[in-house]
Amino acid sequence: MTPDTEQHWARTRSLMILMMALWAFFSFFVHMFVVQLNAIKIAGFPLGFYMASQGSLIIFVAMLFWFAKAQDRIDRETGVAEDD
Amino acid sequence: MANASADKGSFLNNLGRIYALYTGGFFGFIFLVGILEQLGVGQKYLGYMFMGLTILVYAFIGVVSRTSDVGEYYVAGRTVPAFYNGMATGADWMSAASFIGMAGTLFLLGYDGLAFVLGWTGGYVLVAVLIAPFLRKFGAYTVPDFLAARYGGNAARLCGVIVLLACSFTYVVAQIFGTGLIAQRFLDMNFELACFVGLMGILVCSMLGGMKAVTWTQVAQYIVLIVAYLIPVVWMSAKKFGIPVPQFTYGQALQQIATLEQEFVQKGLAAASAPTHTAPFTRYSPANYFWLIFCLMVGTASLPHVLMRYFTTPSVREARQSVAWSLLFIFILYFTAPAYAAFSKLEVYSTLIGKNVADLPAWVFNWGKLGLITICGKSATAAADVVAACKALPGHAGLLRLQDFVINTDVVVISTPEIAGLPYVITGLVAAGGLAAALSTADGLLLALANALSHDIYYKMINPNAPTKQRLVISRVLLVVVAVLAAWTASTRPTDIVAMVAWAFSLAAGGLFPALVLGVWWKRTTKQGAIAGILAGFGVTLFYLVITRYWPHIGVQYFGMVSNLNPITGAPLISPEAMKAALSNPALLDGPVTAAHPLQSRVGWFNINNISSAAFGLPVGFVVMYVVSLMTPAPSAELQRFIDEVRKPRGKTLMDEKGGLVASH
Repeated sequence: MTPDTEQHWARTRSLMILMMALWAFFSFFVHMFVVQLNAIKIAGFPLGFYMASQGSLIIFVAMLFWFAKAQDRIDRETGVAEDD
Repeated sequence: MANASADKGSFLNNLGRIYALYTGGFFGFIFLVGILEQLGVGQKYLGYMFMGLTILVYAFIGVVSRTSDVGEYYVAGRTVPAFYNGMATGADWMSAASFIGMAGTLFLLGYDGLAFVLGWTGGYVLVAVLIAPFLRKFGAYTVPDFLAARYGGNAARLCGVIVLLACSFTYVVAQIFGTGLIAQRFLDMNFELACFVGLMGILVCSMLGGMKAVTWTQVAQYIVLIVAYLIPVVWMSAKKFGIPVPQFTYGQALQQIATLEQEFVQKGLAAASAPTHTAPFTRYSPANYFWLIFCLMVGTASLPHVLMRYFTTPSVREARQSVAWSLLFIFILYFTAPAYAAFSKLEVYSTLIGKNVADLPAWVFNWGKLGLITICGKSATAAADVVAACKALPGHAGLLRLQDFVINTDVVVISTPEIAGLPYVITGLVAAGGLAAALSTADGLLLALANALSHDIYYKMINPNAPTKQRLVISRVLLVVVAVLAAWTASTRPTDIVAMVAWAFSLAAGGLFPALVLGVWWKRTTKQGAIAGILAGFGVTLFYLVITRYWPHIGVQYFGMVSNLNPITGAPLISPEAMKAALSNPALLDGPVTAAHPLQSRVGWFNINNISSAAFGLPVGFVVMYVVSLMTPAPSAELQRFIDEVRKPRGKTLMDEKGGLVASH
């Protein structure tokens, strides 16, 4: 397969922008509504508190495993992946 | 040689079995110590057993991993699988502050403390997406290696080294300080001596085998620290709520805390304005809360001792996976810390507050004697003293009020097993875990420091023709020198040291982040732009930190700083009259000021706390780098090709074993 470096970088960049948007959303945006979210209680947890203590963290972990896969797919499809 | 590589192969092939055996052995050991405790062996000996055995294991790994190969010394031969590198990064990352201090901070700050939980995890998204895979492809030995290659030479390298030294040295001093505290408390050792004993523990792990030894020791240390962190809180959860999943059950603890908080107010045991555990923005204003999260995250993505861990994976692909594993292993501790805080807060609230000050439990005085628990404004040294101190307060009814009780944040994790009435073996285990956390972080930091001095300064700048053997000798000598210097600094008990660790994040963020990110993502970044950006970003961050902490009056007089605001009322922390008085008092106009100075860390620009100094440094760094880059000629076609190579995973690393550039020479 001939490497298509231009397509590789374009898709890599789009994935980066998506990841940064998700990161900003779960790092900052959700927590701006902590007061409103705290009115909702689940299993004793006020939701706003829960998001900052567990919710966002779980999403960060899941995001990174998904990212490793997604970026690897891009690398393979554009022919710039390392040999297995 | 053939023998050695066959051994290496069999070690790497059997990692799962080796570490499973080790984990099983560790559980067996805990069980054995538990039995010895039941048989009546003294607490001091149990403490010695925990500390002694774990340090022996780390030293053993350090000695068997000794190496005389440069690649193994600097990047563990790039053979560390993603999963194990994740564990090693977890231990590298989680310091004494995470293990010992985090739950205490959450105990004290409630919701606002979660800025640390978020900040110290979310940064890994930036590491994985923006930086680590590209540095791995480049094939750096150190972070300044990349700066030198991308920004044409030793000027950029030197800037990188300066930032690295500034953020890593205070950090390593804090780790040795932490080791000293633990050894002092659990082994009854003199503190200064304890610092140097901790130093020996660190050196045996890192000196002989460099990165290779540190990697495999850190994996072992991760297992110890995570087991030690989880067991007490799982135990408490099972004891209180019948389910051994504290991360789930502490919702109930939060509810009970909320109920108790209301009761205290009704009974007059707490002020109506006392902040509740889950209420946001009682310690930090919203802006400070979010800037703190931001600075910690960006700092995470710029700290050299973390980034260099991703140089050790076999491929770029595994470097990415490895960041995900790292975050998972870090997450396990960080999502447990709020549970730890909630359980110990509930324990304190339900067993102490509202009780007669004359009959407090014995553990209060154990810690009070060390000055770590204060009641009614005095160290709680003995029952009679506490009663006297509370009687001296006007209108005190003899029942312990919420505001009477102050606990040092470092004590929460160490004392909780004792407070909750768990056997002493658990306390010993927690001490071993804290020690593992401090030692593993210190190992990584010392290696980053020593490598910057030996590889970047000595080999790349002073003597590029040095033979391999000499390079490794110099590395080891510098490692010992830095370590001794750090231990000596720690033994002088610098009081600000814990606060300084938080500074490291801002310094790394302001100094390194723009150069690392733009170096990969914006081809137009030039050498001049990068150097100007690093100096400006680092300079502004350092300026804000140093002025607000040590020369606040200069900040007010000459740099337009004003008092920060109270996050709840919005009123200035220092009233205009108090400010005037402070500025006209000649005794207060001398710097550097001490922690007792009325203005220290309470003035600034736009009400931003100095812990988030990169809020200024980072934007300045980016803007300067952008503007200066556009004003200087674009990087050469050769350099543009170099960046293209860094961006795609396929192909060899761009730096050879001698540290020269493969692509451009």
